[in-house]
Amino acid sequence: MKIKNFLYSQKVAPYVFVLPFILSFFFFWVYPLITAFTMSFQDIGAIKSDWVGFANYAKLLKDNVFHIAVWNSVKYMFFTLVLLIPFPMLFAVLLDSNLVKAKGVWKAILYMPALTSVVISGTLFRLMFTEYTTGQMNMITAALGLGTYKWLKMGWSGMLALLIVACWRWTGVNMLYFLSGLKSIDTSLYEAADIDGATGWQKFKYVTLPLLKPTTVYVLTISVYAGLAMFLESYMLWAGNSSPNNIGLTIVGYLYKRGIEKNDMGYACAVGVVLLVVALIINFAQLIVNGTFKKGED
Amino acid sequence: MKKKLISALLCTSMAASLFVGCGGAASEGGVDPDAAATDEEAAESAESEVVTNTFGDPNGTHLEMWTFVELHGQHYGVMAEEWNKEHPDNTIEITCTTYPYGDMHTKLLTALEAGTGAPDICDVEVGQFPNVVEGLDQWLVPLNDYAKDYLDTMVPARMETYQGEDGNYYGAPYHVGATVMYYNVAAMSEAMGLSQDEVIAKIDAVKTWKDYEALGNEYLTALGDDTKYFTSVDTGGVDWLWLAMAEYGDDWTGGFDKPANVQLDSVKEMLTMQQSWLKSGFAMVSPDGHVDLEAGFQNIMDRNIVSFPKAMWYMSRFTNYMPDEKGNWYIAKCPVFKEGQKCSVGIGGTGTVVTQQSANKELAAEFTCWAKMSEAGEQHIWDTLGFDVCNTALWGDEAFAHDDNNQYNQFFINYPYDVLSEIGMDNIGKISVVSISPTINEYLCTTTLNEVLEDPDYSIDDALQEAQDAIDMEQ
Repeated sequence: MKIKNFLYSQKVAPYVFVLPFILSFFFFWVYPLITAFTMSFQDIGAIKSDWVGFANYAKLLKDNVFHIAVWNSVKYMFFTLVLLIPFPMLFAVLLDSNLVKAKGVWKAILYMPALTSVVISGTLFRLMFTEYTTGQMNMITAALGLGTYKWLKMGWSGMLALLIVACWRWTGVNMLYFLSGLKSIDTSLYEAADIDGATGWQKFKYVTLPLLKPTTVYVLTISVYAGLAMFLESYMLWAGNSSPNNIGLTIVGYLYKRGIEKNDMGYACAVGVVLLVVALIINFAQLIVNGTFKKGED
Repeated sequence: MKKKLISALLCTSMAASLFVGCGGAASEGGVDPDAAATDEEAAESAESEVVTNTFGDPNGTHLEMWTFVELHGQHYGVMAEEWNKEHPDNTIEITCTTYPYGDMHTKLLTALEAGTGAPDICDVEVGQFPNVVEGLDQWLVPLNDYAKDYLDTMVPARMETYQGEDGNYYGAPYHVGATVMYYNVAAMSEAMGLSQDEVIAKIDAVKTWKDYEALGNEYLTALGDDTKYFTSVDTGGVDWLWLAMAEYGDDWTGGFDKPANVQLDSVKEMLTMQQSWLKSGFAMVSPDGHVDLEAGFQNIMDRNIVSFPKAMWYMSRFTNYMPDEKGNWYIAKCPVFKEGQKCSVGIGGTGTVVTQQSANKELAAEFTCWAKMSEAGEQHIWDTLGFDVCNTALWGDEAFAHDDNNQYNQFFINYPYDVLSEIGMDNIGKISVVSISPTINEYLCTTTLNEVLEDPDYSIDDALQEAQDAIDMEQ
């Protein structure tokens, strides 16, 4: 009887239902988060670990390679935002309009890269960007009379390669977000705009853009942290974590280098905490500017 | 208000997933700069699933083994069957689990640190070895007693690679990874208008780097094509520098006792020589950094270079990626700066350790040493894994070294083991792999080598000073 009461209780049931999530959230997210935070104040040794206070953070301030990694990640994040919000939005609007035929095919083609393993696609991109004359990129530039380049040895071209991989991979995903956002816009609004004699551009500017804002903010938020946390693309493009003059090193790449390659977990955790703080600051700033925290909008 | 709460929750969970994301990404594949030999294996295993195989006698003592290359596990499977035939009263059953490279090393370290959960036997890649050997005999079983029957004929440099700070041997090696010089005799004889035997005689006459330069210039002059080079130098690998250090008996890591120092005369001399080669058109910079990548293979097949130094395990790159080159290549000793110097260095490798957590330490250690150092074990390593084995007793064994059914013996003009015998086990140098090694390799490969080789006028002293400053920050 008691069990039945418990199971049918409207007060308890919701907690039971969310329990699996809460448990996994605590075990796999909150617990590692707290442990990582405490570890960042330690020197983790083989047999024992020592408290070192802020030593790891003090070292981060002086660590030039870390600064390069942060700068690379921030640059990458910035450019992915510039490329991966307007263009997918444009494609989504096009696909939502009557201008495009065979929409399913386009959607599938654009989404397919997201399903491909980065390990495989990264290797293929590495081969395309090889400095050897038979690489696709060098074949193209040579055919255009521009000569050949050491793509993965120079700062600008290394970043370009990373951005091309990012665009190839994420355009379809972001486009799908925007498409679902577009679907939720009431068509009667467009009809009303038509009756008022609005042009296509006006409809986009005054109806689509404002109503798409929640989707845009969401895509912006996930793109900020995806950009800052990028690692595997760079790892595959340079066939390892070492790129010439660290042009492809990212914050997570540096964390991996310290934590796994050099087995310095304490320092790696400090890197992780800095990444967390940077990501949180940027995202909170962005969310505040976009008015997500404003009262009374729901 | 509700929205605020939701956003806050969203942010927290996202931030938290950043950490989870790191872990996930990191485990998808790890390659250490030192791990040249296993780079490819690591990359291959990066995405592969966990594979578990059990071999041997189900009624025997059970041993658990972890590796990151499935072929290694199979080697133990075959050896377990052999062991059971020889020891019917002390049989074993072995379960070999293959994990992706990064996962396996992380799991092993975690288990060793936690004091529970480690396997009886485990493969450890040489670049990761310093991390694992840090726990010395609290973590690992010293193999001294079990290896002593084989030590006389094992290449000493290789045994020392897996020594701990206390001087005990903690790992059993798979291969020497002896650095040798590969020459494209077919291309050279075509260009120089000589028979292959005449070219080989010229190659055999090369003793010093001066001789090597003279031979290269003779080839380049005869060829008369300024888009071709004699060799390529690496911006993404330190093999050339390891060779230079081994020749002078230097070691930039300083081993366990001394601080690391990269400002060595041997290193400077090699870099100076390479800069002069780049300026004179004798050498090119290896496309994409070193010869063990696709662009490097293509460069070799296009005959843009016709010679380069690399470890013996590079033979498998020829058979796997450049099968058309069969019959063209000759293996020889590396040139030295001064006659009488060591002419080779062991590069890469995997040491097999036995953990203190094993319930059957003695049996596990005895089996490991037998499977990796005995003649039966070495025979199987050469046949299936294609590594240059460390037990020199086999190097001169006709049936072993001159077996014409072996793919490498078929592929190259000469027998690889003849070159090893000619070098001799005492002429193979060793560069320590200690905890500072990844820092040195990484700085050299990302920065120093790019500075001095991409711009051959860059000051070597300045570049090495920068490297030393960066390394000093870590020690």
